[in-house]
Parts: sequence; structure tokens; C-alpha cells
Amino acid sequence: MTRHIRHAALFCALLLVALLVNAARVQVLHAEDYEANPANRRAAIVRYQQPRGDILVDGRPVTGSRDTGEHLRYERTYRDGPLYAPVTGFASQEYGTTLLESTEDAVLSGAAPMLAPLPLWNEFTRSRSAGGDVLTTIDPRAQQAAYEGLRGRKGAVAAVEPSTGRILALVSMPSYDPEPLSGNGRTAREAWARLNADPDRPMLNRAVQRTYPPGSTFKVVTAAAALDAGTVKDLDEPTRSPDPYLLPGTTTRLVNGAGDCEDATLRDAFVRSCNTVFAQLGVATGVARMRETAESFGFNDPDRRVPFRVAPSTFDTTVDAAQLALSSIGQYNTRATPLQMATVAAAVASGGQVREPYLVERTTRAGGGTVSAAGSRPVRRAMHPATAMRMRELMRGVVEDGTGGKAAIPGAVVGGKTGTAQHGLGNSGTPYAWFISWAQREDEMEPKVAVAVVVEDAEGSRGEISGGGTAAPVARAVMEAVLRPG
Amino acid sequence: MSKAGTTLATADPPAPAARPTGRRGVELALIVLAVGLSVYGYCAVGFARNGTVPPGAAGYGAGLGVLALLAHLAVRWRAPLADPLPLPIGVLLNGLGLVLIYRLDLETPGDRAAPAQLIWSTLGVALFIAVILVLRDHRTLQRYAYLCVTAALVLLTVPILFPAVNGARIWIRVAGFSIQPGEFAKVLLAVFFAAYLAANRSALTYAGRRVWGMQLPTGRVLGPILAVWLVSVGVLVLERDLGTSLLFFGLFVVLLYVATGRTGWIAVGLLLASLGAVAVGRLEPHVHHRIETWLHPFASIEAGEGPNQIAQSLFAFAEGGILGSGLGLGHSVLIGFAVKSDFILATAGEELGLAGLSAIFLLYGLLVERGYRAGLALRDPFGRLLAVGLASLVALQVFVIAGGVTGLIPLTGMAMPFLAQGGSSVVTNWAIVALLVRLGDSARRQAAPGALR
Repeated sequence: MTRHIRHAALFCALLLVALLVNAARVQVLHAEDYEANPANRRAAIVRYQQPRGDILVDGRPVTGSRDTGEHLRYERTYRDGPLYAPVTGFASQEYGTTLLESTEDAVLSGAAPMLAPLPLWNEFTRSRSAGGDVLTTIDPRAQQAAYEGLRGRKGAVAAVEPSTGRILALVSMPSYDPEPLSGNGRTAREAWARLNADPDRPMLNRAVQRTYPPGSTFKVVTAAAALDAGTVKDLDEPTRSPDPYLLPGTTTRLVNGAGDCEDATLRDAFVRSCNTVFAQLGVATGVARMRETAESFGFNDPDRRVPFRVAPSTFDTTVDAAQLALSSIGQYNTRATPLQMATVAAAVASGGQVREPYLVERTTRAGGGTVSAAGSRPVRRAMHPATAMRMRELMRGVVEDGTGGKAAIPGAVVGGKTGTAQHGLGNSGTPYAWFISWAQREDEMEPKVAVAVVVEDAEGSRGEISGGGTAAPVARAVMEAVLRPG
Repeated sequence: MSKAGTTLATADPPAPAARPTGRRGVELALIVLAVGLSVYGYCAVGFARNGTVPPGAAGYGAGLGVLALLAHLAVRWRAPLADPLPLPIGVLLNGLGLVLIYRLDLETPGDRAAPAQLIWSTLGVALFIAVILVLRDHRTLQRYAYLCVTAALVLLTVPILFPAVNGARIWIRVAGFSIQPGEFAKVLLAVFFAAYLAANRSALTYAGRRVWGMQLPTGRVLGPILAVWLVSVGVLVLERDLGTSLLFFGLFVVLLYVATGRTGWIAVGLLLASLGAVAVGRLEPHVHHRIETWLHPFASIEAGEGPNQIAQSLFAFAEGGILGSGLGLGHSVLIGFAVKSDFILATAGEELGLAGLSAIFLLYGLLVERGYRAGLALRDPFGRLLAVGLASLVALQVFVIAGGVTGLIPLTGMAMPFLAQGGSSVVTNWAIVALLVRLGDSARRQAAPGALR
């Protein structure tokens, strides 16, 4: 019997060895596979174990964190959610992150290695840094003014500081409150379904993620190209353009909204927004020069980031003369984001220099130490400084004598350009009302703000819709907010 | 045969001075270590969760310490020559189980299981003491073989009258406490099998016809034990308690092999097991599902239904890695229901890592080894078979449940001895340890006859 007891003992020993080998297989050999399995919620649990860092506007957080006591412990909260949604985006346990919450996620969630006191510290201690903060360039007063100005409408506002490229306001209407999306429960699912089903697409950031035909505001680009190329040498010299203008190689006659455009000077044509003059100028300047100028303003750049991605604004270069004529007045395939058109206005305001717009001033550790700061951004020359001087004159003319009168601010020099962009099949859609502008206090050396406003569903009958009527007052409110002392 | 026993029995002449000494001092030291480790684990959970020693630490340590000390005194008094290892191993595993359950209770504030487990542990230790005090000689049990089998069959059958819990009819509920009678039945059946096989060894080995070169026992001898086994397995299948039926089957085959020494029995056993497994796996949807889950643990994830318990368990083990996340710092509660019972090992694996898990396996291995050692040292066939049977019960149960939760074999719901939440299981395992202590004591006494009394 002894021998057989030993056999049975050996059998039990084999069972033990099998258990040990299998445990090593699961815990060491396959551990990484299992940890990477998307159904394994441990990474998410660790991620939400600590409060998320905050996004700050003018030193005040516009975000927060709430301890839910659940597995995914901390949820995002938002102060003035709809106001800042086009800046912050949302941070949802269920649906991921967007906009700054997405591009700055590593800092906010504490995962960024730079947050650790020493390299590899977190790997060593198996810990995670506290979430860092993100300081934005947004000016709360400009943001508020833009938001109030667009309230009840559909559209977007982008405002930048011309001398630096700092984005001062980024508003998209209709907006939404990101807070209900934060969690992973029924509230989040319902909010998600409702927001996605909304035909007005409130989660679309119209200021940077959507392109519109820029219409007459694009005439700033065309005028700059024509002046730089020498197509026009004097603002007050007649341009010898017919009215109506027969698009080259076609029988289509281009007409103007306003009268008195035949053979107008560039100054008059800019103030009256003569389609015929600028279509002809674009063709005379040629597609190569037009393209060069448009691209130096930032068009046709497929990978612009502020730091989140900006939809590329386009100026089609594979065009015939007729298409070029239409492109030059901001129609055909010319499309621009509001941020792009704000950059156009800023380039004029800052002597022809284009500064890449940016939204993040600084990121810091939870304690306040800087992790990264917005370094010097690339600067491009969009036009000759002399051209910029003349463009400033033209844009001031629009506000002082033309269609942009509603943007005028006492005590400030304001330049602007209105636009009314046709769109839809056979131009059947309600036109988009545009206004781009910049403003400089009379007692200061340089313009402080450049703005682009687009209103999608401008009220009033079709004939009355104009950038000057509906978009310019919004732009003025934003500019005033920035210029106001204190 | 125990090494110490051999040395004492052969090296020393039977002089009055050569009274074999039990190693009670070693046992006491190990018990202190076991209690200390458990209290340390309890405090580690508190530190990890709140940064402070949990308020119950002193009470916990005192309670466990007093229980262990009483058990030790009982052994010292009534089984002084016993093996010093089984009792400390029981204390350590039980203490660790209480820590793990306390730790999981923190995740489920509405469902606290540790207090009940502590009560059951107390009952278990009381039973241990009772067995040590009352059962002066293990051979007494041989007389009650038929009482045992009757009781076992009754205990196995009773739950059929009660409603099913989570798909298995293995529970009876009395005064708010759930009892799993099958747990007690396994010790009783081990006693019966050992007694019956010890009494009928030669008949089983040598009587009967030869078929294909194999000596078959007569039906008169084989009949009763086969019937008992078939009834118990059949009842368990009805109750859907597949783990326990597997356990009984393994116990039966091991004891038959050890008693008769015929390898043929193993072959027959394996054949029957395979046939049974295939039949049950095909016909019984519950079991079929278990096998599918074993083969494809992540199928439910790919199907978009989220991870099942096995997948969650594997995630927990994987998260633990080699050194574990630390007591109180894992997320094994994601496994959901049964995390404190069938899947308690996943918490150990996640928070103590492969290192801790291996230590736990080795503790079980050591307990089994001590049982086998007692079996080898004992002289009477009943004692030997009982020791082997009890040790095999522990080994098989650990293998079946640990293999199940780590994906080695299909999962069959069973309690990890001492660790898992479950009163019947804790009480039963204390009874097993008590019998192993008694058998170890007897082994040493048989090795040195007349040494005592």
C-alpha cells in the first residue's frame, strides 16, 4: 500500500505543479495581453481615480471634478459649460474626450511623464501624478461678448490677438453643456443621444471645425494679392472693370449687389464690395499669385492645430479663369473657418505678418510649476508691409464710409469687411453673413484684436441680409470687450 | 513515514528515556507567526485604504489568536505527538481568508461577509477542538462507517427540497444562515470509503473473475461502494454541483487505487470520467456553457456582451503580475458576484501577485503533504486510507477551484478551502485539519508503541 500512497502523493504533486505553472502563465506570460484587453476596466479605473486637472480662463478654472464614489470615481464638471464648450470640449468616461480635453489629456489626467518629479518616477512607484492644469489664452470678456452676441442664432466667432496669435474668443452657436456627458450612466447616454440627434449639431465647433464660403470677406485676400503683385498700384486709380463682368470663357454674367461698380477704384470697390472688380482683379493677378497669398494667410494647410485640429480652409488652385474669378470673391471652392478669417484680419492689422493662432498659454503641474509654455510661434509674411498699410486703409473705409458702419467704436480705429456668402443648390440657402475686423485703441500703438463672425441663419428677408447688419454688431461687442481698459 | 518518527523509532532503543516528543513548541511558534501575518495583512488593507490601522485590528488579532491558542492547547492536551504543521496552516489560511473577505467588504458596503465568516471560523475551531477532545483514537470512526454514509446521503439529498441558489440546489437556509450540506458530506464519505475499502481490500483485489487479464472484484463487494458513489454523483448532478461530484469521483478513484494497488482501476476510472464528462458536457447546457467559456474566455467580449467572470478573473490575475498590486489596492471586485466565494483566489492573485499565490498554493501543498505523510506512517489500513482520502480531498478541491478560476480547467463552483466565504466549507475544513492532526498523533504513537499511557 505504501507504494501506491506514494503514487497518489505524486499525482497530487503534479496537480500542484500544474497550478503553479498555469498561474505563472496567466500572471506573467499573458499579463500584458490581458491588461491591454479593451474590456479590462482597470486602466480606466486608475485614470479616474484622481481628480482631473483644470482648464483655466484668465486664471479661473472653467472645469472641475466631482467625486462620485463610484468605480470610475471622478467625473468632470464645467462652469459656464456652453460658453466654453468650443474651447474645452468634453471629457466623458463613456465617450472619450474632445478639443482641449483631448489634446491636453495627458497633462489633465496626470499621465504625462513630464508631470513627474523625476524621470521614470511614476513607473518606479506605480503611481500617477496629480492632474496638471491648462491655462488658455481666452479672454473671458471677449468670449462672453461673442456668446451674448450670437445668442439665439447659429454661427461662430473667432477672435485673435494680431501681435501674438493668441486666441481670445472661440464661440460656436448653438452650444451645449458638456457636463452631462461626463459620466458613464444613463444621463450621459441620454445626453449623448440627444446631442447627436440634434439637427443643429451643437457639438460641432463651428469656429474651427467647419468651413464656410467666405464670400466678400475673401476680397481682403484678393486685394492684398493684387496690391502685392502690382496688378493695382494706386487705391484711387480706376480699375477698368466692366459691370456686369462676363466670366472668362463663359456666357455667365457676374453682377453686383450694390451699384456704381463699373470702372470703380479699388477703394470704392472694397467699400461697396464690388464682385465684378474683385473677380476681374483675381483673374488679372493670376492663380499663382492668388494661391501664394492665400496660402501665406493659412489656406490649404491640411494640418493646422491650435492645439486641436482646425479644419483646413481651401483656395482651389486647379481652376480655369471663370472659376478663379468666382474663387476670388470667396465663392466656388473657396472655404474658410471663422478662425482662418480672423487670421486674415489679424494679418492686415499686424503689418502683414501672420502669427499662427494658439489656445494654450501654459500647462502647469498641480502645484503650479510650469510644464510647458507657448513658445515663439512661426511667423509668416502674408503681404508686403506697404500693402498691409493700404489694406488697413481699405478696411477702415468699410467701417467709416461703407457696409461695416455698425462696427465702429468711439475712441478706436476699426477696420472691417462684410461678406454675404451664397450657398446651397442654386444659391437657395439662407446666405451666411460674415464680418471680419480688427480694432486699435487710438491711444495705443497696435491693434489689439482681430475678429471673424459668421452668422448662418441671419434673420430678416434675403435682401437685407448682410454681414454689416447682423455680424458686425457681434464683432463690435467682442472688440469693445477686448479694448475696454482694465 | 515521518522522518522524525523514523529516527525516533529506529535510532533510539526502546528505553524509557526515549519518549517521543511532540513538537508543540514549533507549533506554537508557527501559530504566533500565522496570527501575526494575518494581523499584518489586516493592517495592510487599512493602511492602503485609509492610511490608518483599521479600528478592529486589535480585536481581530485577539480573536484569531485566542481561537488558535485554544486549538493549540487542545492539541497539546489530547494529541501531544501530532504533526505541528496542519494547525498553523489552517490558522494562516483562515486568517488570510478573513483579511481578503474584509478587504472585499470595503468594496461592497451593503454586503458585509467578514463578520459571518468570523462566526463560522469560530464554530470551525470549536469543531476542531471537539474532534481533538472527543475522538481519542481515529479507529473509533471505522465503527461508524455506515452511519457516516447514511448521514452523507441524507445531507446530499436534503438540498433538493430547497430552492436553487444561482443555479445550484446545494443550499439549505436556516435562520438566515445558508448551509451547504454537501461540504460536510465529503468528510463523511471519505470516512466511509476508507472504512469500507480497508475492510474489503483483499476481496476487492483478489476475488472475482478475470476479464482481459484484469482481476475483477465480486459484485457483492464492489456493489455497495459503487452504489454509494453513483448515488452521490447522481444526486450532485441533479443539484448541478459538478465540482463536488468531480471531487467525489476523484476521491473514490484515488482510494480504490491505494487500497487495491491496481492500476486498472485508474484506467477504468478515467474511462468512466471521460464518458461522464462528454455526456454531461453534451447534454447539460449549464455544463456545456462552462466548457465553452473555458475554451473561449473572451468570446463574450468579442460578442459585445462585456467580460464574463472568467475573463474578469483572468484580468485580475494578470493585473497582479509577479508582486501584486498590494492588499486593498486591486480591483478584483469587478468580477462581481462570487468574488468572495468561488473567485476569492483572484483577489489573492491580484493583490499578492504570483509570489503570494504561489505561497498559498504551497501552503495547501504542505497541508496535503502532511496528510500523506501521516498516511505513510500509520500502520492500520483504515487510518492510512483516511489520511490519504482527506489529503486528496484538499488537493483535489484546491486543484478544481484554483484551476477553474485561472483558466486551467472548466470552472466548477467550489470553495477554496479556508480562504473562501462560506460557513459550511470553513467548518468542514477545520474538521479535516482536526482529523489530520489526530491521524498524525496516532502515526507517531503507532511508531513508538507504548510511548504514551
